[in-house]
Amino acid sequence: MADPFYRALCSIYPKERVFWKEAEVLPYESDGLTAFRAKPKGIVLPLSADEVVKTVSLCSAEDVPFLARGSGTSLSGGAVPVEGGLVIAMNRLDRILEYVPDERRMVVEPGVINAKISTHCEADGLYYAPDPSSGPVCTVGGNVAFNSGGAHCLKYGMTSNHVLGLKIVLPTGEIQELGGSSLEHCGPDLTGMFVGSEGLFGIALEITVRLLPKPESFFTVIAAYSSLAEAGHAVSLLVASGLLPGAVEIMDALTMEAAHAAVGAEYPEGAAAVLIVELEGLSEEVEAEKPLLLSLLAQSGSFDIRPAKNAEERMTIWKGRKSAFSAAGRLSPDFIVQDGVVPRSRLGEALEEITAISERHGIRVANVFHAGDGNLHPLILYDGRVEGSYEKAEQCAAEILRLCIALGGSITGEHGVGLEKLSYLSEMYGPEDTQFMHRLRDAVDPKRLSNRGKMLASSEAPALMTPGLHPLEKEGIIFRN
Amino acid sequence: MATAIEACVHCGFCLPACPTYLELGEEMDSPRGRIFLMKEVLEGSLTTDAAAPYVDRCLGCLGCVTACPSGVEYDALITLYRARAERTRKRGIASRVLRAMLLRTLPYPFRFRWALRFSMWFRPLLRWMPGRFGALTQLVPQQIPSAVVLPECMTAQGPQRGRVAMLSGCAQQVLAPEINMATMRVLAVNGIEVVVPPEQVCCGALAAHTGAMQDARRMAEKNIEVFPHDVDAVITNAAGCGSGLKEYPMWLRGESRAASEFSTRALDVSEYLCDIGIKDPPAWEGTLRVAYHDACHLVHGQQVRNSPREILRRIPGVQLVEIPESDLCCGSAGTYSLEQPELANSLGERKAKAILSTEPDVVVMGNIGCMTQVDVHLRNLASSLRVRHTVELLDAAYRGTLGEIKGG
Repeated sequence: MADPFYRALCSIYPKERVFWKEAEVLPYESDGLTAFRAKPKGIVLPLSADEVVKTVSLCSAEDVPFLARGSGTSLSGGAVPVEGGLVIAMNRLDRILEYVPDERRMVVEPGVINAKISTHCEADGLYYAPDPSSGPVCTVGGNVAFNSGGAHCLKYGMTSNHVLGLKIVLPTGEIQELGGSSLEHCGPDLTGMFVGSEGLFGIALEITVRLLPKPESFFTVIAAYSSLAEAGHAVSLLVASGLLPGAVEIMDALTMEAAHAAVGAEYPEGAAAVLIVELEGLSEEVEAEKPLLLSLLAQSGSFDIRPAKNAEERMTIWKGRKSAFSAAGRLSPDFIVQDGVVPRSRLGEALEEITAISERHGIRVANVFHAGDGNLHPLILYDGRVEGSYEKAEQCAAEILRLCIALGGSITGEHGVGLEKLSYLSEMYGPEDTQFMHRLRDAVDPKRLSNRGKMLASSEAPALMTPGLHPLEKEGIIFRN
Repeated sequence: MATAIEACVHCGFCLPACPTYLELGEEMDSPRGRIFLMKEVLEGSLTTDAAAPYVDRCLGCLGCVTACPSGVEYDALITLYRARAERTRKRGIASRVLRAMLLRTLPYPFRFRWALRFSMWFRPLLRWMPGRFGALTQLVPQQIPSAVVLPECMTAQGPQRGRVAMLSGCAQQVLAPEINMATMRVLAVNGIEVVVPPEQVCCGALAAHTGAMQDARRMAEKNIEVFPHDVDAVITNAAGCGSGLKEYPMWLRGESRAASEFSTRALDVSEYLCDIGIKDPPAWEGTLRVAYHDACHLVHGQQVRNSPREILRRIPGVQLVEIPESDLCCGSAGTYSLEQPELANSLGERKAKAILSTEPDVVVMGNIGCMTQVDVHLRNLASSLRVRHTVELLDAAYRGTLGEIKGG
């Protein structure tokens, strides 16, 4: 192998952990969003933080852009390689470095799987609150990069509310510590700046997370509605009542069908949408909130209210909800998943409009989302083999995102901007705002090597700043798979 | 194959269910990575040989099938892909020799018995053989049980409740002939007449799963022909074989009605016993801590999870314990332990440790391949824990010999 960069990597890694062959590189070309693919130069599989630091320093010296990848489950194309760059696969840095149950704190490497944190501290009655649906698969490092949420962030907040401190390697190869081991620290919240930066500020090497005591008691209920909008209005009613459930989720008929096929979850017959509401906390608290919740649900027009009778039924409800995205593969060969946010008081309105957009384009849209915090996840179903269907789906997605912005919401709730929503950032923010972001980024990564091309488009490429298909795609010169 | 590939949405839910991904942490050694590679090969943008190392490392444990929310039929995909790839790929001489050796001995009890004898005599020599051939010696038992001639028919005890035909298996007949006897006795005690068609051949799973589809089809056709049609079920007591019988329609390209009929009658012995409802074993004063190991081709290949556990719970004195990571393959996977010894050993050791962590009196499972693999790795860890088939434990309960199993 003549490539001097390859040879330099081989001085850091044994050859078995440097992937350069075509068959080794291909499977890394995309993440959880198959609409985008890019070919990296190669992949390295570090086993220690030291190897990561050396790799980043080498990339910096050689001007090679790089991407840190965990389990590759990003739904915004955030873990798609930088074309011609290096992929640093972090999934084998998966050790739990420190666990202090008395201080409800754990220090983990970035490749640790989200759900493993909770399993590890379960015996002490503790858990890690952020619960993205891909929890059994996704890595904490990826969660940090994209400030992941999940069903229960309604009550407990996103990843950023649960990361206390970080040890990172900057894109220049320098090591930096941010935050500390408790929530209180002085100075600007640099941990907060790093969380959700989509890999632009470097790579996390150690992550200190906050653990919470496990809720003593749960009350999970499924409420059926005869229209999607009605379920949306019910959420507004719940929020306005002052009740703060652990989670409030909506699934529509299409997603219920898919989840039923995937994990056998049962839903009330004839429901156009269901609301999943979960109360959790101390037993006394849950008992006191129960009657209020049930009366609110009845008042909101639900025709069938089904509380989970035991822990097993509760698990099935959640299993159905959390497998919904992947199960959508049963409904359609391809889909785009959106992640827009709308103010919770306007949820019903937004859902009515999404239904209208779907009908106008003649494209099926399945809805499953974190209703409690107004975070929509319309799944726009299309068949990539049918000519023009991707473009149609893309248009449909664009209208939904613009709707979210118009209603006073956001283009992303928890999946991040990534590649997918790159062109909408300029619709969300004014030029001064995006310029400030560029300046910040340039201060940390002057060569723009770390996850180049995600979240912030290079201003040198105006085509990337405009929504819709890339001009070369429109010309039929380049394709997405 | 196209349908299976299209159904994959690349979500990654299969990653933690895949033994090779857990061991290696490489995307090309994960189910979705392999699907990606197979897709590229089928579309002609990657050569079969370039994809081969990663597709070969797949155990075919089907853990990903259980984990997949999108319903990707990876089982059909990998089997059909391997059959297709076998026609075009270039194998090295060692690989060809090993493959031919396995395919020509394992499915034939007589040849297999002689191969084992030969290996025992030459054990000291074989140990010095390179790589995969050396791995063979590890699996050669200390002694070969004497051959058991199965009766062609065992009549039901008491009023007859049903009639079944039994697949006697190939390697299992040589390595652990007592499992078939126990199966027949247990069925008879429960009022079932058991016939063993003498012309039957190996189920063909071994051939199918290594891409020798011609051999597999020939065996499937033969079995469909020689098994009687007037039975309630075709019973197997080896997970791999049961999974194979249920795949006959797929092997025969879904064209054969006889294959569909045959495969709907195919049942694992635990499934059948649960369906008919078993007779209570006599009371026993002792206690037995039993760890149940899920054979992949039962739990993932046939979705048989509860039946064996239900049977075990019906045995007096049995305290059933769950093994951590129970969905993870033990590394046996047919001939895998011979073809990929390093990974197989690592998985075997991981499984043996998980079993020992539950501190059982006996570990029970429903597949001869797993039994051999688990036994080897328990012994490597200097454990004398006994490995038994589910029906052997039930048989012991009916015969009042549970004490012997516990006793050591």
